Amino acid sequence: MPYDILLLVKQVPDTANVTAEAMRDDGTVNRGALPAIFNPEDLNALETALEARDRYGGSITVLTMGPPKAADILRACLYRGVDRAILLTDRRAAASDTLATSYILAQAIKTIGHFDLVFAGRQAIDGDTAQVGPQCAEKLGVTQITYLEELVSLVDRTVRIRRDTGNGWEIVEAELPILATVTSTANRPRPEAVRKMLRFKKARGETELAAEVKAELRDASAEQRNEEVQRRLTTLGEAGLRIEQWDLDTIGADLARCGLSGSPTVVYRVQSIVLTKEGYTEIPATEDGARQLIHELVVDHTLG
Amino acid sequence: MIEVNRQGEVWVFAEQQDGTLQEVVLELCGKARELADRLGVTVGAVLPGTAREELPEQLIAHGVDHVYVVNDPRLEHYQTASYARILSVLIEKHAPQIVLYGATATGRDLAPRVASAMQAGLTADCTDLEIKDVTDRKTKTVHEKLLLQIRPAFGGNIIATIVNYDRWPQMATVREGVMPMLDPDPSRPGQIVEEEVALGPEFFPLKILQRHVEPRTVNLKGARVIVSGGGGVGSKDGFNRIHELAGALGGAVGASRAAVDNEYIDKGHQVGQTGTTVRPALYIAAGISGAVQHRAGMEESAKIIAINNDPDAPIFSVAHYGMVGDLHQLIPMLVKALRDRR
Ligand SMILES: Cc1cc2nc3c(=O)[nH]c(=O)nc-3n(C[C@H](O)[C@H](O)[C@H](O)COP(=O)(O)OP(=O)(O)OC[C@H]3O[C@@H](n4cnc5c(N)ncnc54)[C@H](O)[C@@H]3O)c2cc1C
Repeated sequence: MPYDILLLVKQVPDTANVTAEAMRDDGTVNRGALPAIFNPEDLNALETALEARDRYGGSITVLTMGPPKAADILRACLYRGVDRAILLTDRRAAASDTLATSYILAQAIKTIGHFDLVFAGRQAIDGDTAQVGPQCAEKLGVTQITYLEELVSLVDRTVRIRRDTGNGWEIVEAELPILATVTSTANRPRPEAVRKMLRFKKARGETELAAEVKAELRDASAEQRNEEVQRRLTTLGEAGLRIEQWDLDTIGADLARCGLSGSPTVVYRVQSIVLTKEGYTEIPATEDGARQLIHELVVDHTLG
Repeated sequence: MIEVNRQGEVWVFAEQQDGTLQEVVLELCGKARELADRLGVTVGAVLPGTAREELPEQLIAHGVDHVYVVNDPRLEHYQTASYARILSVLIEKHAPQIVLYGATATGRDLAPRVASAMQAGLTADCTDLEIKDVTDRKTKTVHEKLLLQIRPAFGGNIIATIVNYDRWPQMATVREGVMPMLDPDPSRPGQIVEEEVALGPEFFPLKILQRHVEPRTVNLKGARVIVSGGGGVGSKDGFNRIHELAGALGGAVGASRAAVDNEYIDKGHQVGQTGTTVRPALYIAAGISGAVQHRAGMEESAKIIAINNDPDAPIFSVAHYGMVGDLHQLIPMLVKALRDRR
């Protein structure tokens, strides 16, 4: 039985490797300067999806929400053998919290239509919330299985999964469809395949193409450029190299549930923490001393 | 989602495993008590599972006023759908203003499912919670006595404070080991409320074929800030100071072997040669002499602060900052200095 497999991935700033270049003079992190990477546990989800398809048959559609640049990680999925790639990009989706994000992703999944298994990484390293997977599952009304460590078996419509319970593990059985979030201990993601890379490195989404055309045809009118973009999109589509690009209208999203207005949580304050190593300083054992120490930690960016 | 309800209770999800409450639940009971006292409301706990009398009693002794019990043998082992249903139904019914969950694997599986069903906000992995009036910068509206949900974010590079103005309940998962546990008071009065929630077979979509439980370990390795207490803390009670400072800093709690041997805290928190080796961004050692076996587990920390009343304690030799004095006086000063900064 061929299975329709969906994969949710996210491009994230590399928060684990804050380099000197990413530091501002005041010692805070300049997020924009951090390299954008494939969220690590989403690579484990990708590997789980690939193994499932290779073992049980079917096809994989990968979906990401993000800026046009997030097409990078969709290509990285194509290089590893994913069948179809969809980029959901829309400025109106910016500043979505996990509730709004999961609403948008669930709408997009409903637009894709039929699915049997959805895989996502356990959590993304920029927020570490682990909330989007379960919230999508709720909106889709499907069984959620978090912290997948092994897809044990898939027979007809019955799946068995070993999941991490935080202080041990359990093997659960469920009927499809399901949504599973995958942990870093599940597998070792395969490298990109060179032949697929050669083939799919030309894969593009519409906004990316438009930027390329704009750079190439400086003197052309907007109309001419647009025609050229459409022409190239058609060619890419025929060659199977088109990254489908959707926005909130494509998925019929209720705008009140997207972006800031769809987000119940509000960031009230942000304090930066940065570190540098220094020598031993004695601090007087007084209230002033305590304040001085905390101040000192702020100034040397141990605390923000 | 429920309306803003200032009379609403402060709730704790009473996660149990094999008939034992998770430690973080008892920590949350104490925090919920503190928040509820500030708000002038009562504390509730939701306890799904099979009938066991000790658990409601334990919750009440730790500060809960109303224990909402849902008895059903099918709830013995956690599964998302049935537990999420119970929480959603009871939240609709009783309209609590705050719901806290331990940031355990189960809490982090359950809370988002509930938040999505309620279309309410949720903040993950909080390390501190406070009540404060907040002015919406855009509308200038003052939201009275909101829950400040404080958590490290962005790989620990920032501390974010999150609020939820009006799509209540205000919900958060709270990291294990950062809130001090109150001493239980078995004489505290409290009420057990039996609740019925209709659960069809669709709320039990999982068959649990096999379970394997391992002894729990504390996640010290992943912590960016660790506050450790040693033999110098003097008592189990006194060790709450360590929890408090860790909470204010959004850090984890560590310990020397003397603290573990004196049963101030359990072995999972021990740092050192026979405990965990850690390299956090900030390590604070309070009442720890700095024996070589302890230093072996922490001297690679990026920044070390030592608090000790003995100026010659060896811990100062690896410290970047030192405070000579009584930790019971100094830690509250540090907590205050930290809070004043916000
Ligand atoms: C094989 C082996 C393995 C070991 N492994 C470990 C290990 O993994 N981890 C570990 O920690 N230890 C380990 N030890 C034990 C280690 O040798 C020390 O005994 C232990 O670290 C002492 O803990 P401590 O400094 O907290 O307590 P103490 O030695 O009791 O020191 C207490 C300190 O607190 C100070 N103090 C007292 N009151 C106050 C106050 N009010 N305010 C401020 N300061 C105060 C004192 O000046 C003193 O410095 C091991 C030992 C052996 C032999």
